[in-house]
Amino acid sequence: MEVSRHWRLKKERYAMVGEVCPHCEQKIFPPRDICPDCGQEARTLFRFSGRGEVYSYTTVYSAPTGHEVNAPYTVALVRLEEGPMVTAQLTDLGEKQVEIGMPVEMVTRRLRAEGESGILVYGYKFRPQLSAS
Amino acid sequence: MSEMKPSPNAVYIVGIGLTQVAEHWERSLRELALEAIQAARAESPTLQPEALYVANMLSVSLSAQAQLGALLADFAGLRGIEACTVEAAGASGGAALRQAYLALRSGACQAALVVGAEKVSDKVSAEIEAALATASDADFESVQGITAAALAALLMRRYLNETQAPPDALAGFSLNAHANAAANPYAMFRRPIKKEAYARAAMLSEPVSILDAAPVADGAAALLLARGDALPEGSVLPPIRIAASTIAVTAPAIHDRPDPLFLTAAAEAAHRAYQQAGLSAEEVDLFELHDVFTIYAALALEAAGFAARGEGWRLAQDGAIGREGKIPICTFGGSKGRGDTAGATGVYQAAEVVMQLQGRAGENQVRDARIGMAQCLGGSGATAATHILIRDDGL
Repeated sequence: MEVSRHWRLKKERYAMVGEVCPHCEQKIFPPRDICPDCGQEARTLFRFSGRGEVYSYTTVYSAPTGHEVNAPYTVALVRLEEGPMVTAQLTDLGEKQVEIGMPVEMVTRRLRAEGESGILVYGYKFRPQLSAS
Repeated sequence: MSEMKPSPNAVYIVGIGLTQVAEHWERSLRELALEAIQAARAESPTLQPEALYVANMLSVSLSAQAQLGALLADFAGLRGIEACTVEAAGASGGAALRQAYLALRSGACQAALVVGAEKVSDKVSAEIEAALATASDADFESVQGITAAALAALLMRRYLNETQAPPDALAGFSLNAHANAAANPYAMFRRPIKKEAYARAAMLSEPVSILDAAPVADGAAALLLARGDALPEGSVLPPIRIAASTIAVTAPAIHDRPDPLFLTAAAEAAHRAYQQAGLSAEEVDLFELHDVFTIYAALALEAAGFAARGEGWRLAQDGAIGREGKIPICTFGGSKGRGDTAGATGVYQAAEVVMQLQGRAGENQVRDARIGMAQCLGGSGATAATHILIRDDGL
């Protein structure tokens, strides 16, 4: 079931909370407590805007356990506007053709169903940026 | 040629054993491992191994079996010896070889076995995808439903975009692998493919097609190692010296790497290996790299210094990677043609390099091969284990 495992990650999954390094200002997501850039301790929380652009993307047809019902789905590497990159599914694409460089924004969606009586795992996905925003 | 003496604390490979990579419905993990161990021991029958290092990634998730060190040592009639599993996903084979190397190098033991073994065919696709995805960052990659093919596809699409290479830029890696596998009795696929077949291949995860991806299957390979001061007398085959043994790592998640298209772990492991062996990339006669997807072949060639950044794909265009080329790779088919045996891959690679250096590669022989390199990668390149093997003349 892994309830506690997913609960522990609620800040990251629901609100894109990462860290900022107090020494070199590097923005960090996912949080890791030691700055990957300068190697010093970094525990200051930082909330990301959730906006970014597609660095690369592909489609999964043959999905791993827990994701079969969603296949096929699009996954991407998204470069956040603050610098870090995240791996995430793209959603709400409609007829839109994905391309490298496409502006996207974070939304909260169901990621995985752990069986009939299991928990539903929610977290971030990205959709094309709405022009109004 | 003058008679050379082996260096006492150098480490040599004095036996290899391979099973065919296939869907072995009728055979278990322990039976495959035993066949490989026995074949390796038969090449130096007087040598008594004191330790067994098992390379395996998937048996906990796919066979509900931990403690392969004890299981396989017991099954091979080696109760009492030191044994354990070494796990570094797809780099497990190289990592296990390095542990054996260190044990012998330190003098803690005189002779040791390495066996890489994987059993996947008992499970169906979704479970295998999930098991292979355990090489990734579970909390931040796998939860998004990524697969090994999807990660390769993310790298390949970006690579083709940045280099402006044609869509079939990586075809040559697949063609070369299948051409070399055709003459390899241990390979899963024994026939060459045509360029038209690559162009028509079904997509796994665009732009990765089934002809960019190595098929996952069952198999086992083993190596028998001895210190220079414990080399068995009267061997017919020359012992092969491990001239360099390295491992380097980076972040498991691609998104955590500042430059996803440069495999820093592979580069560090390779360059440290050149330094240890006291040679340069140009002196390497063949390179068994980890082509579990074709994009990794291009990136590994760049990381190891055989091509400039963004130019690795060009080596697959003009025959440079073929048996007669500047840097022959995957000379027995690599993972693409031989079949992908996950954590056992590095052991297959080392055994293949040994066959090349001992001049028993048959139709696959690289002429005058004396220095060979093997490199296996964990996941999308987070771990890289590199070994350089040398045949010393006169031994």
